[in-house]
Amino acid sequence: MTTRSAFRPIVFTLNGARASVRAHPMARLLDVLRESCGLTGTKEGCGEGECGACTVLVDGRAVNSCLVPVAHVAGRKVLTIEGLKGRHPLQRAFAEHGGTQCGFCTPGMILAAVALGPHPTLEDVRRGLAGNICRCTGYEGIYRAILKSGGASRASDSGTRNAGSTRQEKTSHAKGEARSRVPRPASCSRRRSRPAGRLAKAGVPPRRRRRT
Amino acid sequence: MRTALSALTLLRPLSLRDALRMMRDDGPLTPLAGCTDVYVGLNLGTASDRRFIDLARLEALRGIAVRGGAIRIGALTTYSELLRSPLVRRRLPMLASAAGAIGAVQIQNRGTIGGNIANMSPAGDTLPVLAAADARVELRSVDRVRTVPFALYYTGYRRSVRRTDEIITAIEVPPVEGAQWFRKVGTHAAQSISKVVMAGVRAERPRIAFGSVAPTVVRARRTEDALAAGATIAEAREVLQLDISPIDDIRSTAAYRREVAARLLTQFWSSTAP
Repeated sequence: MTTRSAFRPIVFTLNGARASVRAHPMARLLDVLRESCGLTGTKEGCGEGECGACTVLVDGRAVNSCLVPVAHVAGRKVLTIEGLKGRHPLQRAFAEHGGTQCGFCTPGMILAAVALGPHPTLEDVRRGLAGNICRCTGYEGIYRAILKSGGASRASDSGTRNAGSTRQEKTSHAKGEARSRVPRPASCSRRRSRPAGRLAKAGVPPRRRRRT
Repeated sequence: MRTALSALTLLRPLSLRDALRMMRDDGPLTPLAGCTDVYVGLNLGTASDRRFIDLARLEALRGIAVRGGAIRIGALTTYSELLRSPLVRRRLPMLASAAGAIGAVQIQNRGTIGGNIANMSPAGDTLPVLAAADARVELRSVDRVRTVPFALYYTGYRRSVRRTDEIITAIEVPPVEGAQWFRKVGTHAAQSISKVVMAGVRAERPRIAFGSVAPTVVRARRTEDALAAGATIAEAREVLQLDISPIDDIRSTAAYRREVAARLLTQFWSSTAP
């Protein structure tokens, strides 16, 4: 990867932790997440913004990561399915209510549901998930899961617009770090969140840290 | 992504002034805003553009405000922002309807009104609204600002009056008198490209515009004249057929579009009847 150093690092908050990526500014957020950051929970379906499998949240809003240049998330908060740590009530509800079958659309579905906030109505859910296609479930199980679980009603939804207090965020970051098992390629360094401004002001280049 | 990243160049100005200089000196450049059209082409490998300029950091292109009685909408305003704007909902409900009919939430959170214009698709869903509202497009280059009536913006299929050194900076919509109406017909409610899309304003002289039925968005001037002169809706439906020139394509047929356009006209007329 001799070309890597040709790019300035793009710094953003990824699932509550600071991430620094050296990538072409037009690289798709989807590819950076999957290939540079090793977060393969985000799926590529159609690659044209139709299916929603690649949905992630940027500053709490759902976007298709196949249509987002990584440069556009500089300084922003990105939440992927990994950021929910497998313990979000929506994730449990999807399993309990038959909201998932083959599973390919599920990360995008759950993140689109998280973006709806607490206690969405059926109409909210239909509208909010209209950009997420599922070829297995017929949607009924998905809608049931979201409605029964009350949506993203817990404060653990870090990265959403109504993110909890700083204390809660810190807690979730720490847990996220500790639980992370994914070996991360060197082109995406992640660490516990620090104010990005401080680092930039001090001129400190992003360090890479080994993680297991 | 089928397009090789190594072949792509992205300029990232921090100010409008820098952006306009780049447009003049480093062009031709394709502006990037919400990327919802450009990246489809890059992903599929069908895009021919290789040099881009990122407008995302130009704060001058954001915001919705009233200026001189008109609503001024920054070119970077997303469909979600249009939907959330009380000003737009109150004064331009047909624009809010159009914004909510585009793609789904993920696209609405990223796609911009300036991009909808710049992409030059005859199926752009906000375009009939802008045509029916007699909107104006503000174009800026290093040495001048000009405001083009929306009806004159497109000169043919995917052609416009925008010069390669110009950026669409804002859209101005003068006050709209009369009942507003919008309807998009596609294969399903979300994530579909229009087969026919129509916006109408029911005033003494009605204003009617269609998308997806001609090489560009069209104002149905003859139909408007007929209705203003007291024609029946049956007569107006006949006249409408002269205003539109739909084709058979991947999404629909010319015959279907003619029939649906006529039915939309009827719906518009009956649902906005005083």
